[in-house]
Amino acid sequence: MLLKTIGRRLAYSVLTVWLATLLVFVALQALPGNLAQQLLGQNATPAAVARLDASLGLDRPAWRRYLDWLGGAVHGDFGRSLVSGQPVLSEAGGYLRNTALLAGIVILAGITLSLVLGVVAGLTRDRWPDLAISGFALLGMSVPEFTVATVLVLGFAIDLQWFPAVVTAGPTASIGQLLPAVWLPAASLTVVMAAYIIRMMRTSVIDVLSAEYVTLARIRGLSSRRVLFRHALPNALLPTLNVIAVNIAWLVGGVVVVESVFNYPGIGTLMIQAVHNRDLPLLQFIAVFGAATFVVCNLLADLASVYLNPRLRTPGRAG
Amino acid sequence: MTNLTVHASNARTRARRIALPTRPSLLAGLFLVGLNVVVALAAPLLAPYPPTQPSALDAIEGSSSAHWLGTDQLGRDVLSRVLYGGRYAMLISLSAAVLTVVFGTVLGCLTAYRRGWFDEVLMRILDSVLSVPAILALLVVVTALGSGAPVIILAATIVYCPALIRVVRAAALSVVGLDYVTAARARGEGFWPIMAREIWPNILDVVLVEFAMRASWIMLLVSSLSFLGFGANPPTPDWGLMVSENRSLLTVVPLATIAPIVALATLIVGLNLAADGFAKARGIDRITGGLR
Amino acid sequence: MSVVTEERTGVLAEVSGLSIAYRHGGREIPVLRDVSLSLRAGEALAVVGESGCGKSTLASALVGQLRGGSRVTGGSVRIAGRDILAGDARTVRTLRRQQIGFVPQNAGHSLTPSMRVGAQVGEVLRATRGMDKRGARAEAVRLLAQVRLPEPDKLVDRYPHQLSGGQQQRVAVALALAGQPRLLVLDEPTTGLDVVTQAGVLALFGSLRAALGISLVMVSHDLGAVSAVCERIAVMYAGRVVETGDTRAAFRLPAHPYTRGLLSSVARIAVPGLPAGMPGSVADAQEASGCAFAPRCEFAQDACTTGAAPRLAPVVDGAAADTPRFSACLRQSEVLAAPAWEARVRPPQPRELDEPLLQIKGLTVDYRRRPDPRTGPTVHDVDLTVRRGEVVALVGESGSGKSTIAWTIAGLRRPTSGEIVLRGSEENAEAPADLTRSAARRDPAARRKVQLVFQNAGTSLNPRRTVGDAVLRPLRLRGLRGEQAREERDRVFADVGLEPGHADRFPAQLSGGQQQRVGIARALAGGPALVLADEVVSALDVSLQASVLRLLDDLRDEHELGYLFISHDLAVVRALADRVVVLYLGRVCEEGPIERVFGETNHPYTRLLMDSALATEPGAHEQLTGSDGEPESAPPAAGCAFRNRCAEHIDGLCDRETPPWQELGEGHRIRCHVPVEIGARP
Repeated sequence: MLLKTIGRRLAYSVLTVWLATLLVFVALQALPGNLAQQLLGQNATPAAVARLDASLGLDRPAWRRYLDWLGGAVHGDFGRSLVSGQPVLSEAGGYLRNTALLAGIVILAGITLSLVLGVVAGLTRDRWPDLAISGFALLGMSVPEFTVATVLVLGFAIDLQWFPAVVTAGPTASIGQLLPAVWLPAASLTVVMAAYIIRMMRTSVIDVLSAEYVTLARIRGLSSRRVLFRHALPNALLPTLNVIAVNIAWLVGGVVVVESVFNYPGIGTLMIQAVHNRDLPLLQFIAVFGAATFVVCNLLADLASVYLNPRLRTPGRAG
Repeated sequence: MTNLTVHASNARTRARRIALPTRPSLLAGLFLVGLNVVVALAAPLLAPYPPTQPSALDAIEGSSSAHWLGTDQLGRDVLSRVLYGGRYAMLISLSAAVLTVVFGTVLGCLTAYRRGWFDEVLMRILDSVLSVPAILALLVVVTALGSGAPVIILAATIVYCPALIRVVRAAALSVVGLDYVTAARARGEGFWPIMAREIWPNILDVVLVEFAMRASWIMLLVSSLSFLGFGANPPTPDWGLMVSENRSLLTVVPLATIAPIVALATLIVGLNLAADGFAKARGIDRITGGLR
Repeated sequence: MSVVTEERTGVLAEVSGLSIAYRHGGREIPVLRDVSLSLRAGEALAVVGESGCGKSTLASALVGQLRGGSRVTGGSVRIAGRDILAGDARTVRTLRRQQIGFVPQNAGHSLTPSMRVGAQVGEVLRATRGMDKRGARAEAVRLLAQVRLPEPDKLVDRYPHQLSGGQQQRVAVALALAGQPRLLVLDEPTTGLDVVTQAGVLALFGSLRAALGISLVMVSHDLGAVSAVCERIAVMYAGRVVETGDTRAAFRLPAHPYTRGLLSSVARIAVPGLPAGMPGSVADAQEASGCAFAPRCEFAQDACTTGAAPRLAPVVDGAAADTPRFSACLRQSEVLAAPAWEARVRPPQPRELDEPLLQIKGLTVDYRRRPDPRTGPTVHDVDLTVRRGEVVALVGESGSGKSTIAWTIAGLRRPTSGEIVLRGSEENAEAPADLTRSAARRDPAARRKVQLVFQNAGTSLNPRRTVGDAVLRPLRLRGLRGEQAREERDRVFADVGLEPGHADRFPAQLSGGQQQRVGIARALAGGPALVLADEVVSALDVSLQASVLRLLDDLRDEHELGYLFISHDLAVVRALADRVVVLYLGRVCEEGPIERVFGETNHPYTRLLMDSALATEPGAHEQLTGSDGEPESAPPAAGCAFRNRCAEHIDGLCDRETPPWQELGEGHRIRCHVPVEIGARP
């Protein structure tokens, strides 16, 4: 039963990532518009266009190109960058590491903080700690990342001058060089991400606290601490798991904007460059990478809820 | 007897118009949204200067009686640009949100009613669309098709439809199993009458909340696109674009950056307050309903 | 500690002058008004009344847990001499740990889903009795055995969702007993359980009382359930106690018109015919002055509607009882002197019913996606006939396939095999219709002739459409439009006892009884010959139940309707049905005319149902001995489906071969391997 559930979710995840590669490919390569013509500009000779087509493999039918790409991708070969001619994976490597550093900090700090704040808000429902936290969350979800980043820059980089406003280090800089610059981007992302998790956790805590089994635990004379930590919170965490997963995956999108504000040498900055340069193989890789991250996060959340939720882990009443 | 019938039908219209509970957060939200809409519509009347008129002599000025919010680096009046600045993003967001809700509702109800293989296949496709983060998907589409307004509207619709379909599907599923739908099926009603009479009125609240929420997310997304340089084109006055243009002068004329941020925030906070207030008044679990 | 006072008086729980109000829409609505009760150690007190009379609020007050938004506006609840409503958190916790156990209505919701059963019992043992982990586990196993759960040593490691409803309820009882309380508060502890399970749980309460000497307060709307357990009763109406005293005395000779009304509304398994019922519903309770029950009371005089509410006064009935009886009625002597309340209206008349309406042969419905050699189809080989003007009852516990059969007849499920034929009326020379087709594929005339009425009136009406609209829709499908349709709607409304003015209301603006009438009106509007009534009265309070039963009976005569009346409640079946078909796990085990089935000879399963139901009739005098069995969930592939629960099963026969029909005459037959002489009841 348990293995079957896990196997089924794994299979769905693979299917979803595969469908996503197809969608990205169709959007990028099969849509109207001649890529070689666009790359070379309006004045290019037809011969030059044809040459570039051939060298990019664009003269072959779209489905062949997709299968070739997919075949390569399975082995870790995502093609070569149109701009640098380097393999996409090695081109993106350094940027990926930097984004992982940023995202790692956001995930660790952001999730812990938002779960705690969410629980506090839920426990103090409609009193001042809740009103403050909920107000903060409402504001956090109402402003785009670039505005949070801009305000933080104004406060902490310009007024207080605690952190640098932009990152000057390149993609290959050491972690030590990056570390002073990572805090403001991390804070901007945390503010926006925390908003959703806080709200979910708060609602979930309120729901669970009004559940009959929590009331019953109180009527049995158990201590408040025990009622909270054994009966309420484990059950409140479950619905929040998926929201956390969605938000971790959202980070992949959020970093694009925030990295660009701070010129942080991560995957987002790389993507903006790729869009400007019309570097399709690179863009395709990043989009597929984003989709895969999303799917993996969701899978992990699913597995975590299977682990935490006895209803999913153990068979129901015999039948 | 005739009189009696007239009375009865009056009573019915009255009863159908279900009164909206007056929650302070709902009212505050509606006020903020309304204010933004009115300002955007009346911008030509309110703006002291044309929003795109450069004036090299007045460039980079702080707040003054001539320019309440100062000027930007081309000497354009920031207040006028802020008043106009919601138009582009609001128009795109509204169009995309309407399209999203229309497609999402029809497909969501259909798949909840049909179930079976149709539901399975649709859900798998939606999962894969959902898996590409919104801003990445938009950047991909913009790269392929350019950054014209119709492209962005279409792309935003495609990106946000799947989540809406899922929410509507979940809402419709909870209605489809109820006895009054069973009764309708037992008396042989088809899909459209059941949808229009039994299901739609009961998921309307959810759809309204979703509409407000999607509109706010698309607004955020479009502003982010403009900020990154892939949305509104200069010299269009747009809040996202203004932040990006004036950010380098943050130390000199902070108002030119802060003013559009505040304007954008009031609109989105308004939308969120309205959605929250309405959801609470109608007992809808808004947060679990939404997937970004 | 005021244990001293307690020892002197022997009073364990004392409710004095308790008033509680609930805040709603800026208004304070009184839920309890000046309630005083006292309970001595070892006593069992029942609190009864229909929904909305305040009995659940009283139960919550006894454990010191008021629902959000409520406020004590007067009086106190003292447990072992200490006030549990005014006490500080520490006092309340100590009282809950040492004195009180609470068993809620819905055990499924009251057990924490993320914790194993043993861990939940164990933490109470550690908190209340200071046990260590190992000791707590051993004690948890003992407690689960005490509430007669099977395999308690395995059960401690299960999660709540792995248990059946009856098992969850027993776990809830074990949890309540874990702290060795002196008072057990039971809030509708058997509502929602099947009749056999209910009898088992009630018997458990009786035996626990005898074994542990604890006191009980049992809140219930079910007069039968309480009379099986509690020797004292308090009847509540509109937040007040209107009669209290010895349970049997009160049931034999009620001293308050409301008690009398309740008793005459309950269908009885031992008495044929429809219950007389009482007018109105709890919603009519009078707020302003005088007696709240006066608007519904047949004894009411002008004096009843003025002044203060009548106070409880000793009942003078000449009978010597251990417990003195009190009643809050100005006309007590008239009530006591009134003719006996047992009268039934319209005892069933034998009917000449020949023309068959619905004929089902060999109906099999199989939900399984792939073949499974261990189980059989959900419904297997069911034959059923309903004649014009006849009420055929389909009886069985949950999971017996009753609703599946109804849904198949309505065309909402496809049968796997078998025939379902709806005969046309012979005088109009209508052709028979094949009902194995889905509703969408049926001839519109055939579709109209079969109508469904649902159990839960609340969910069977679209909350966003007026109830008039709900009735107009089937009329429109019959081709009636405009003025003609509205006239027909008003006529149908009048048929079910609704006013034309109700048509513009939304379902939420009607009472539960009125909603169910709309559900019936919607079915009538289709112009049916056959009505499928699925548990239509089981969600209603007894007074509404009686009136809806009478309505169904009237309509059957008026329109010559055939009913397939699905119910788990044998008493209700006996009140209305002409014939009974008993179903176990989708297999018919007995069928016959009502008075034969409720007579001497039965299938072992029918007998189990009857014994369970009889033992929980109001005023039943037999000692309650419940079976601890539970309805099974999957039918076996071969043999008799009931063999696992049957005391008389024959090894090697019942588990292999399908039992044969034994004909007992007059259409009464039993499907059993055991010869009927052995199965006959003494």
